Amino acid sequence: MSAGTVVIVGSSIAGVRTAQSLRLEGFEGEIMLVGEETELPYDKPPLSKSVLAGTTDEDSIRLLTQEQADTDGIRLLLGYRAVGLDITENMLELEGHEPLHYDQLVVATGAAPRPSPWGQPPGIHVLRTLEDARELRRDLLRGGSLAVIGAGFIGAEAAATARSLGLDVTVIDPVPVPMSRIFNPEIGHWFGDLHRENGVNTMFGVGVESVEGEGGNFTVHLTNGKSVPAATVLVGIGVTPNDSWLSASGLLVDNGVVLNEYCQAVDAANVYAVGDVARWRHQKHGEDVRIEHWTNAVEQAACVAHNITHPDQPRAYTPIEYVWSDQHDWKIQVVGRVGGNVDHVVIGHPQIHGRFVALYTTDGTTLRGAAIVNWPKALLACRIGMAQGTTVQGLRDKLEPQLQPQPTGAS
Amino acid sequence: MPVVKADLEACQGYANCVVGASDYFDLDDDGVVEILRTEVPEADRARVTEAARSCPVSALKVEEA
Repeated sequence: MSAGTVVIVGSSIAGVRTAQSLRLEGFEGEIMLVGEETELPYDKPPLSKSVLAGTTDEDSIRLLTQEQADTDGIRLLLGYRAVGLDITENMLELEGHEPLHYDQLVVATGAAPRPSPWGQPPGIHVLRTLEDARELRRDLLRGGSLAVIGAGFIGAEAAATARSLGLDVTVIDPVPVPMSRIFNPEIGHWFGDLHRENGVNTMFGVGVESVEGEGGNFTVHLTNGKSVPAATVLVGIGVTPNDSWLSASGLLVDNGVVLNEYCQAVDAANVYAVGDVARWRHQKHGEDVRIEHWTNAVEQAACVAHNITHPDQPRAYTPIEYVWSDQHDWKIQVVGRVGGNVDHVVIGHPQIHGRFVALYTTDGTTLRGAAIVNWPKALLACRIGMAQGTTVQGLRDKLEPQLQPQPTGAS
Repeated sequence: MPVVKADLEACQGYANCVVGASDYFDLDDDGVVEILRTEVPEADRARVTEAARSCPVSALKVEEA
């Protein structure tokens, strides 16, 4: 069994799971988990949902306690930011700490929110870390209205949570149909309807010109000349990978650390990357892919742990994409690839059945991806179907008989 | 022998466990996990533990009996 020292840079889900999976695979060497935040590792999906709503306490989202780390022989080095890497000498440079030697390095530094282009004084928020969630919650509890700029997953989830806290909420997005970057317009419209039915004001197809004022009293000026008053503003306009600390390392960095099919850096066989910062060669897609989703971080961590501990039998990483989002009373799940200009078949309707699935295909036969709302059996059929190569028709035959009209109308 | 335990209240039907180990986990019509086999022989321990850990809401545990 392999030994030596594995240093993992990044203490969020991808880094923590790499450490745990290494032990599960029988790795007997030293494992060091380095994190920039001083916080014990925590899980991020609840930050825009239950943590923001105050229905989950912070202890219950910890990914690792000090005791669990001790039990698994994982050395935690928290509060140190990685600033550089020497791939010739195998040294990791940290701010405020002596360099660390590694035999294998795993880059798991994640991604950071795009900063607000309209400034970020108190009251204008992004949402990525636990501290971000605390600060946003503090402002939401002061009351007043919330303006959310960006109708992606984070913005839409935070908007739904703020509604559940009783706030007036406006969601603004320059795209005319929300989620249409991900789904076809028909389904995107249903997302817009979902928000409006739950009392969210939506302003789609219009950009933000400027944000004036101060915390508790902002005015968001829109490109159509209108304005939205808001006590608090949340900016959710995407993330960029935390890879700039590697720019002088000699590693190929191009919107993430560029990796081969085994998730090894193309320039250094003992450097791996996992999670949001990893761009690897997905053999089934025939292209380099970077994915910013929780399940990918977990699966990639397990694959890299296997490849570190089984260098003679490395596994190519070829996951089927999976992401979920909880918005109001919709549980939204996306499997495989749904973007782009592809054909689709919709089974079910939110108003009639309270559930639906959209099956996406490029050739009319093969399932390329699926979006599922409030339909667990369809989710399972699509995930297993993607893995086994089920046809769109096969899924229709299986799922259409399961539909029952819902007398109460909307779910 | 280690055993699988599920928190049925916590389960949200994400199905990661079924994808990870369909011989141990399934979902019922309401999207709640069903444990198909409770005892985990040593040969399955790593695979089933990974499947349990892939639960986004930590509803599954593999514990020593």
